[in-house]
Amino acid sequence: MPLLEIRNLSVEFATTSGAFRAVDGVDINVEPGDLMAIVGESGSGKSVSMLAVMGLLPWTATITADRMAFNGHDLRGMSPKQRRRIIGRDMSMIFQEPMSSLNPCFTVGFQIKESLKKHTDLDRKGRQDRAIELMNLVGIPAPEKRLNAFPHQLSGGMSQRAMIAMALACEPKLLIADEPTTALDVTIQAQILELLTGLQEETGMALILITHDMGVVAETVKRVQVQYAGQKVEEQEVGALFDDPHHPYTAALLAALPERATERRLPTIPGVVPGQFDRPEGCLFSPRCRFANAHCKAVEPVQAAPEMGLALCHYPLSHGEPTNREKAS
Amino acid sequence: MSEAILTADTLKRHYEVGGGPFSKPATVRALDGASFALEPGKTLAVVGESGCGKSTLARVVTMIEPPSGGTLAIRGKEVGPDGASKDRDLRAMVQIVFQDPYGSLNPRQTIGQTLMEPLKLNRPEVSAEERRKRAADMLEMVGLRAEHFDRYPHMFSGGQRQRIAVGRALMLEPKILVLDEPVSALDLSIQSQVLNLLIDLQEKFQLAYLFISHDLSVVRHLADEVMVMYLGRPVETGPKDDVFAHPRHPYTRALLSATPVADPRHTRNRIKLEGELPSPMNVPEGCPFNPRCWKATEECREAFPPYEGERHRYACYHPIEE
Repeated sequence: MPLLEIRNLSVEFATTSGAFRAVDGVDINVEPGDLMAIVGESGSGKSVSMLAVMGLLPWTATITADRMAFNGHDLRGMSPKQRRRIIGRDMSMIFQEPMSSLNPCFTVGFQIKESLKKHTDLDRKGRQDRAIELMNLVGIPAPEKRLNAFPHQLSGGMSQRAMIAMALACEPKLLIADEPTTALDVTIQAQILELLTGLQEETGMALILITHDMGVVAETVKRVQVQYAGQKVEEQEVGALFDDPHHPYTAALLAALPERATERRLPTIPGVVPGQFDRPEGCLFSPRCRFANAHCKAVEPVQAAPEMGLALCHYPLSHGEPTNREKAS
Repeated sequence: MSEAILTADTLKRHYEVGGGPFSKPATVRALDGASFALEPGKTLAVVGESGCGKSTLARVVTMIEPPSGGTLAIRGKEVGPDGASKDRDLRAMVQIVFQDPYGSLNPRQTIGQTLMEPLKLNRPEVSAEERRKRAADMLEMVGLRAEHFDRYPHMFSGGQRQRIAVGRALMLEPKILVLDEPVSALDLSIQSQVLNLLIDLQEKFQLAYLFISHDLSVVRHLADEVMVMYLGRPVETGPKDDVFAHPRHPYTRALLSATPVADPRHTRNRIKLEGELPSPMNVPEGCPFNPRCWKATEECREAFPPYEGERHRYACYHPIEE
């Protein structure tokens, strides 16, 4: 049984200028102990889909899904009270800005112990011991002292470690890390990524890493899901994705990496990600796609076979060349 | 080697912070002795982590702030403590593009006004008609269309805004462009468009770039020379290929190994650096890197090591063997 199973998730925001669809028919499958990444640029809906799972979206959002189950519990229509029993215990999340996601008014220790108080029946002494154990686990030196520190007294890397300690307090089955290292320096980023993957291996929890950095993806995870403009466009094992991307968007994105450049001018993707008012007909990527034809611009594509990376494309690429072309013409 | 257009010699910028009736003010050595030269048509990349002084360097080179020590000379003309403010021509020669295209454009000015402003202030002899024409030409040059002239910044995407910011910087026909993290706020698919624009403009106008970035893959692609900084001091400088292939300073080596490589088969040989970056308020004695360095000895804790090497210079008592 998958740990997290999501079918056809859509999230719509009510805005003053009409409904805006941030997530559009996304499927996510996470097995216990999985190590996967969701990659996409800004506006690809990668954070919003995970916030929907956590139930952290504002009231303006309408969430619809054919199936949204975590560990056998249906998350749709769950009351906030029931949800709170799962969130923070079996499923937890860390965010991009460690500085702003900690409460500045309380000590780090208080904030770590808060979730222990809520979800476990440890007594005061037990919570203190567990908090020290967690601080050790995430590599914060002198934990007894640091538990009494306020967030502003910690550096960015230390705050992120404290956030991770908090998320791990109740030994979650699933940890969602939303751009956990984007705000940090590279040497600190390396430390945090190593910590996360090490903990994942040790505890056997599943880890979803949300990121836009292809380098982080290549070095950290096993499986990758690529999103574009709210849709899932491809899913593959990490090695296969970098070798043979099946969706033209993934291929173009990888080609635009400076380290893959063969000449001084970089290959580019023309245009920009479609916004609320300029969503194209047919395939959402068609206006920017090198291979698009009239068919792509008129008809919405369906998912290709699993061996083609479930690419959301009429003519999924195989070794850089579109397939299926003859059949359509 | 062509003639350098800008030379900096042990450039320093210190700030005094804090201090009250009962406490002495502390000195932050944001930039503590940087020497380098910029050549027309070439790019010097400055890399380093937060607090290494790369943005302070940008401000000093752009003459937004005077240096507190050392010399800065542009085309052989020295910039005095307040000399720059009097010399408009000198200022026009160096322009800057900032990191955040959402914060660096005036939301109440149209793109046309934004582009014409530098001419209005610095070239009052240019007629309004000519100003307009030059701005329209610039718009085209940075890859935007004529109808964008009367639009406001909020109507543009991040990549387009960065093009506008580059266009504005080029209005006075500078010789040196300081690029402070120009692509780090942009998405990957947009990043390559802006990088290509920068490459084209450099070739066309023989601009000298001071390219500040923390993204080593971009630096590797764009730079001719690289300067690695740590806590206000350059620890290693040299031609890009030398620095990337044979880093001599342990910090450069650690920085390179910590940077993620977009290739799953790449074998990681990561050097795990212990500890955090010290605060620039409290820079360690001797070599600033010594508390985190795995090669550090007594010597390193006493004095900053002298620079060694000719083109490829580094400051380390125990350089990594080639």
